[in-house]
Amino acid sequence: MDARKKHLASLDPWSNYDDLNQQQQQMANSSNLDYDAMIRKQMETIPLTQMNFIQQQQQLLEVNDKTPSQLWDPKTMLSNLNVMEQKIHQLQELVQLIVGKSTSMDQPNQLLIQQQQLVTADLTSIIIQLISTAGSLLPSHLPPGSYEILQLEKEEILAPHTHFCVICGKGFKRDANLRMHMRGHGDEYKTAAALAKPHKEMGSEPKIIKRYSCPYPGCKRNKDHKKFQPLKTILCVKNHYKRTHCDKSYTCSRCNTKKFSVIADLKTHEKHCGRDRWLCSCGTTFSRKDKLFGHISLFQGHTPAIPLDEPKGGPVVVHEQGDTNNNNTEGPKDVGFFDFNFNSNGASGSGVQISGEPNVCFSPMNGFQEFPRSMFEESDSLNFLLSSGSYLWKNGGESSSKDLPLLVGEVREDGNQHAVIVRRKCKIETCVKNTIVQCLGLYLVLSIWDCYLD
Amino acid sequence: MKKQKCLIQENNTSNPFDLLSEEIIFMILDYLKPNPFDQKSFSLVSKSFYSFESHHRKTLKPFPRTTTTSSSSHDHHHHHHHTTFKKLLKRYPFVTHLDLTLCPRITDTYLSYISNSCGATLKSIDLSRSRFFTHVGLSCLASKCVGLVDIDVSNGVHLNDTAAAAIASCANLERLCLSRCKSLTDIGIGCIAVGCLKLKVLSLKWCLGVTDLGVALIGVKCKQIRTLDLSHLLITEKCLPSLLKLQYLEDLALEGCCGINDESLISLKQGWKSLKTLNISHSENVTHVGVSSLTSNIGCLQNLDLAYGPLVTNAISESLRKLSQLQSIRLDGCQVMCSGLKGIGSSCVSLKELSLSKCSGVTDDGLSSIVMKHTDLKKLDITCCRKITQASIAQVTKSCPSLISLKMESCTLVSSEAFVLIGQHCQFLEELDVTDNDVDDEGLKSISKCSELSVLKLGICLNITDEGLVCIGNGCHKLMELDLYRSIGITDKGISAVADGCTTLEMINVSYCENITDSSLISLSNCSKLNTLESRGCPLITSLGLKAIAIRCKQLTKLDIKKCHNIDDSGMISLAHFSQNLKQINLSYSSVTDVGLLYLASLGCLQSMTILHMDGLTPTGLTAALLGCGGLTKVKLQSLFRILLPRLVLEHLEARGCVFQWRDKVFQAELDPKCWKLQAEDIE
Repeated sequence: MDARKKHLASLDPWSNYDDLNQQQQQMANSSNLDYDAMIRKQMETIPLTQMNFIQQQQQLLEVNDKTPSQLWDPKTMLSNLNVMEQKIHQLQELVQLIVGKSTSMDQPNQLLIQQQQLVTADLTSIIIQLISTAGSLLPSHLPPGSYEILQLEKEEILAPHTHFCVICGKGFKRDANLRMHMRGHGDEYKTAAALAKPHKEMGSEPKIIKRYSCPYPGCKRNKDHKKFQPLKTILCVKNHYKRTHCDKSYTCSRCNTKKFSVIADLKTHEKHCGRDRWLCSCGTTFSRKDKLFGHISLFQGHTPAIPLDEPKGGPVVVHEQGDTNNNNTEGPKDVGFFDFNFNSNGASGSGVQISGEPNVCFSPMNGFQEFPRSMFEESDSLNFLLSSGSYLWKNGGESSSKDLPLLVGEVREDGNQHAVIVRRKCKIETCVKNTIVQCLGLYLVLSIWDCYLD
Repeated sequence: MKKQKCLIQENNTSNPFDLLSEEIIFMILDYLKPNPFDQKSFSLVSKSFYSFESHHRKTLKPFPRTTTTSSSSHDHHHHHHHTTFKKLLKRYPFVTHLDLTLCPRITDTYLSYISNSCGATLKSIDLSRSRFFTHVGLSCLASKCVGLVDIDVSNGVHLNDTAAAAIASCANLERLCLSRCKSLTDIGIGCIAVGCLKLKVLSLKWCLGVTDLGVALIGVKCKQIRTLDLSHLLITEKCLPSLLKLQYLEDLALEGCCGINDESLISLKQGWKSLKTLNISHSENVTHVGVSSLTSNIGCLQNLDLAYGPLVTNAISESLRKLSQLQSIRLDGCQVMCSGLKGIGSSCVSLKELSLSKCSGVTDDGLSSIVMKHTDLKKLDITCCRKITQASIAQVTKSCPSLISLKMESCTLVSSEAFVLIGQHCQFLEELDVTDNDVDDEGLKSISKCSELSVLKLGICLNITDEGLVCIGNGCHKLMELDLYRSIGITDKGISAVADGCTTLEMINVSYCENITDSSLISLSNCSKLNTLESRGCPLITSLGLKAIAIRCKQLTKLDIKKCHNIDDSGMISLAHFSQNLKQINLSYSSVTDVGLLYLASLGCLQSMTILHMDGLTPTGLTAALLGCGGLTKVKLQSLFRILLPRLVLEHLEARGCVFQWRDKVFQAELDPKCWKLQAEDIE
């Protein structure tokens, strides 16, 4: 039963309990054998009744190389189904046998378990065969076992060159260059055949499909993985290995944040870096807003992310956590607000220095100017913006919190910090007080909250 | 309840209220709701009543009260509003609705108090009149008040996408109003679309930064949306397909969306199955072609607003034929063809509301053909349809006896006899606007038969006198709003009859009725529900009359006494004492001085003040008064004061949330009252 278990583990769809299948098993695993020769050999040895099955398999393999339009061959499909039918019948017989024997009740338990395992394995095999028959309709989806799996070692993958001279060991990125190099090692390498492109050389020989496995244990692209998905080309292997299992050593020189392990990725990124302003909460960036929104509408839970280097004018308040430390909130916030409005109004010629580039500024009024004025309601916000613009000007453009008018009602209870704030704004407070005291002899205490009943 | 009463009688010795369950006391409190003062009195009875009231209150509308004290007691510094606000929130732990419309300055600090204090009980918050808060405060709200279902941040021109992202973390939100949040972009709206999946009502009116992408995402993500206002957005047909996915959408407003044209409407292959109300008014690029295409896809539409849009031709009315459930059409400002009106008459099943305000081309013929078919009409607006005559009114009154609202301002060709017909046939009228018409006392006598009348507008009706108004006072006991603007034939006698007969009166305008004296105001003080008094240009009224109003009309919120030269500071004293609800006042050209203004500073609700051409104002007094009014959001002042007032004071006031409107208008002498009417006619 060891062989059976092995079948189970490899999940080979063509496994069965006859000789034929063991041969096939060998075939699938022996990557170095000449495929064609092996088929021929098999055909000589196997009985005629089972010929059908071999042809079947061969057809299937060939079919996989064809374009999708050629794939759908009803005859092939029919014979595939016939094969499966046969298998099902065989299984039926086995199960009937088990049923018949179990009635006598004198079976040792161990045998029963073995038989159950057998049935399960066969069922699995049939299911996989069914899937692969249907799956063969898909162009790039090869049924497992129908291709040769190659696994390059880590060193090979990470080596800068893939083509090495057998004589001197010099490495090349391209085989053509290697061939040119080989000419230097002797006349035998100068023949037309040696110089021709290798795959043309092969001519009409049926090609064994090669797929690659990643050497990293546990990776889905590793052949030992349960749901192994092979990689198509060596380049895929290289890129996959570097992207997934290597450090990202190439950093974008523009943004200094994005890192890549494949240099081509870096180059692609650098082409767009800086232009990908549209960011999703998942971290994906987009060069166009509509692409971002398309992405967001497709995925659940993804949200447009607000870029960190947003507007200088955007309120960037860091204080205010809980009740204790919120004394400074007015100051910097208002500065930001006014600053931002000032920018968007672009009060030219004022000579005020504005921190931050105006074009980086997140101006809500950008759109505003593009449309006919008549469209807009009489905007008191505009008035407000203008007045706040001049506000900054009056303060000589020094948008620091000490120039902000004190909000008389906002005097705070808590000790030192309160004192600092009051002192900072002292100038204004006294001014306000004096005005009142001078003219009316009254002192105002402002802003006491009360409840207005509805 | 009966059992409880018996119990009370048996145990006379102890406090009967101890026997009442909390539920019952809460029920009693519910009865007190209509008058806020009753609730306040209730809470002042005893400690337990105070606590009952605190626990019962669900709605809170705080205002920043300012007080003047005669000496500089520094202790008062510590009674600053942060602490008081905290106390207030502590007093009412079960508040679910917080209305901050009287607080122009709400900083993040306040929002953090609110979120800590109210927590998950808070369901709704109105920040539409407040500024100075940012995403920081909103995140506080979102994180602590997880029960929030309703947020109004309209007019938040300062709010950016970060703020929207903060709102987006209120996952339970069902209603969100973002009107005029002009700094928001698609990114912010995108956050909201993804975060607030339970949204049912969303207004993005005037959010000019929002485009197709943001709106389309709303359509994809917020499946529950019932009401969507996209008015004045720069959206195109690109967002419409995804809006079609909103299967519960009932009310869609696309007012003034210039990017939407005929082609976009035609491109919609399917319509909204659920849509009941559609507003595509002010869409200059939509003609009858687009409307026809659209309406053919919305089977169950009930209300359609096409105001200031397409030319109303037969083609439009043909397209309405498919709308079997259509009840109301608004065609205000459209150019109307007679055939179009006739078509509407024949194609619509049964209209309940029709608005043709300022429609050019409405003729007797067209209007009559409509009303003859739609005899069930409840509301008709034919404001400024200047071609119609008595014939139309005769037909309207004859065909539509169940009319409850008729607005016919400036239907100048309609003769006085027509108004008699209104009174004879339309007994159920609740609202009648005959401003600037030839209605006379005979007409009013007839109209007074409409006993259900609650809104009556008789502005610039130069032919009416006290005789007619007395009839109204005797007949229309349910009157709530009466407009007598420039109806110069009215004197105290008429007003007194109205005040006696219509005690439920809430709004009255007697502006420029020059013969009105204090006696009118004294009789109007009988109307305890009065909240709006406009008596502009009544030179005979004095502070005495105003005092009567102030004392008895506690609900007064809006007062216009411009050009009442005889009103002085003493009038302000009474207002300061009694009119705690006053929000808006116009004192221009009155004799009020610094002192009077300073008294007004004790009115915490006061938000808007117009104080032009007042001789008694000095910069220093004005400064004190303005600083005293903590809740001011709008002040109209002569530009002279811009220089005279200390710059830092103005800055301080602006930082507190007050907007100044500087006026340069020179003093204008009053025109001849009759001349007004002539001028109006000249304009045509």
